[in-house]
Amino acid sequence: MLKSYIRARRQQKDLLLMTHIVLGYPNFDDSLRVVEQMVEAGVDLMELQIPFSEPMADGPVILHANAEAIKAGATVDKSLEIAEQITRRFDIPFLFMTYFNILYARGVDKFVDEMKSIGIQGAIVPDLPPEEGEEYLAAMKRNALSPIHIYTPNTPDARMRQLSDQSDGFIYTVARKGVTGKDTQFSDELGDYLARCRASTDLPLALGFGVKSKADMDFIRGHADIAVVGSETIRVMEREGVEAVKGFIQTLVA
Amino acid sequence: MKYSGYHGRFGGAFIPEILVPTFDELEAAYLEAKADPAFWQEYEQLMSTYSCRATPITYAENLTKYFGGAQIYIKREDLNHTGAHKANNVMGQGLLTKRMGKKRVIAETGAGQHGVATATMAAKFGFDCTIYMGAVDVARQRPNVFWMEQMGATVVAVEDGSATLKDAINEAFRDWVTNMDDTHYVLGTACGPYPFPDMVSWLQSIIGKEAREQMLERTGQLPSRCYACVGGGSNAMGLFGGFFEDESVQLVGVEAGGHGRGIGQHAVRLAYDDATVGVAQGYKTYFLQNTDGQMQETHSVSAGLDYVGVSPILAALHESKRVRFEAATDAEVVEAMQLTVRKEGLIPALETSHGFAQAFKEAPEMSKDEIILINQSGRADKDIFTVADAIDDPKWKEFIIRKAEEYKRA
Repeated sequence: MLKSYIRARRQQKDLLLMTHIVLGYPNFDDSLRVVEQMVEAGVDLMELQIPFSEPMADGPVILHANAEAIKAGATVDKSLEIAEQITRRFDIPFLFMTYFNILYARGVDKFVDEMKSIGIQGAIVPDLPPEEGEEYLAAMKRNALSPIHIYTPNTPDARMRQLSDQSDGFIYTVARKGVTGKDTQFSDELGDYLARCRASTDLPLALGFGVKSKADMDFIRGHADIAVVGSETIRVMEREGVEAVKGFIQTLVA
Repeated sequence: MKYSGYHGRFGGAFIPEILVPTFDELEAAYLEAKADPAFWQEYEQLMSTYSCRATPITYAENLTKYFGGAQIYIKREDLNHTGAHKANNVMGQGLLTKRMGKKRVIAETGAGQHGVATATMAAKFGFDCTIYMGAVDVARQRPNVFWMEQMGATVVAVEDGSATLKDAINEAFRDWVTNMDDTHYVLGTACGPYPFPDMVSWLQSIIGKEAREQMLERTGQLPSRCYACVGGGSNAMGLFGGFFEDESVQLVGVEAGGHGRGIGQHAVRLAYDDATVGVAQGYKTYFLQNTDGQMQETHSVSAGLDYVGVSPILAALHESKRVRFEAATDAEVVEAMQLTVRKEGLIPALETSHGFAQAFKEAPEMSKDEIILINQSGRADKDIFTVADAIDDPKWKEFIIRKAEEYKRA
């Protein structure tokens, strides 16, 4: 179970790190190599994003990666295939992040059953609020997988509690309004918001959107259980190549 | 939200969590306005003084004689300020924006008509305004970009994806998830997450309400068939909205047949079998997508119909067979437009001309006692470059070359 893994891991470390990649960007071989680098550098869990042509909640970096992956021939079949190789080879939990149409086009039940059979432990589907997610939530429950929902600074307390009831594993809290990959001010205000998140759920909290440095990690420590680094590792890979990813992650967890 | 926004199995609100409170607020403002007769009065008053409502119905006598069948009438939405039915929705949402106390509006635009209408509304109401437009569309609709900028709007050319309408919608949502506190997203068509399809259809229903009364007054009978082009579907929903209860009235939606059948060649979601049900841009409907659920390229001579999805309300009306869907190809559309210009002196936009093309296919086979009503949703001034290319007009080319040389010298 994802939640118990996170709890156990937190006994050893005061802040866990979740990273993210877009499967098939720039190609599937490199995806595998980046995962290897990340795991070796000490990442605790990972999001594998299945590319979608309309990634409404993503900013320019991940948007571009989605489009390029599709252009390079990343299909859902191939994404599931590579995900299975990844979960076999590496001994940390992996989650899917993707948009609802990817599940819907394949059949929600079929997709979730496949997730289970290839060893994926949970999913983040940012355009699927629980109100629209009945079939998905039932399938996740049947397979004992973790549906992860999102808290935002705009989310009222009552809704946070509703979302928590529909979630398992952890809650993904976004640090600010907007899309992925833009700068975030890590401030007292953010601390207050995280305290509000904490009060509304018993699940561990992950904090993402704009996390990209050791200083950011230091701020998050004590406020949340998991820091999420997404766009920044893609930037590092684009700028300095696949091999640079490990060193970058090591600077974060040092 | 109070309602789920489904029409049959289509619609819904597949929205990022951060927008949930914004949609709650919008739905509340929409339901309150809809229940408040004063809102509709203010809306009609505004449209009759700032735009050209009620727009007239024109009897197309020459086209009627030419085809020798049904009598052809035309609802003149092209006479709205900014030249299209888009003004109805935009001014209505402008009033809602004021009610919600927001100071900035954003919008997507394909052909540019919705962008111009939104920029106009923003200028009148004193809102800041940003318009997202696919880079491909910016390139083919420069005159509209020019006017938006003159009105003080910032026009952002969207380079992502296929650089057309759907990409502009994604980018507008990305702006909105950042700036929702002071910003209203004026979605331009009867698509997107609930309450947009319902709200836009409601505001556009002013077309059908007027048209029904006008037809009864003018002809003493209801039309046998109503025609409207369908991109997202707002002008069709507007016209059809006046006739849903009248079972004798056939409603015909006409999609962009582009180069003809085959995915990538057209933007036909309902009349052909190329589209399947999916969820994107916040709602469930028929999309032109592959088996993985990735959206595919579309093609149409008209930027405004060049879109992967279609109003969930129209998808439901397609399944219940209340509305019949047809497609007109680029070539048929340009021909129908030229014929209308020549015979009637009316200048329907390329989008609009899809409805004309289908009506012209059917009119000759109908009896002279029957009446058809076509929605002239917009005028073609913006299409002058595209149309000149399509008919390969040598004098126009000469003019452009001369103009370009003047600019080079300056």
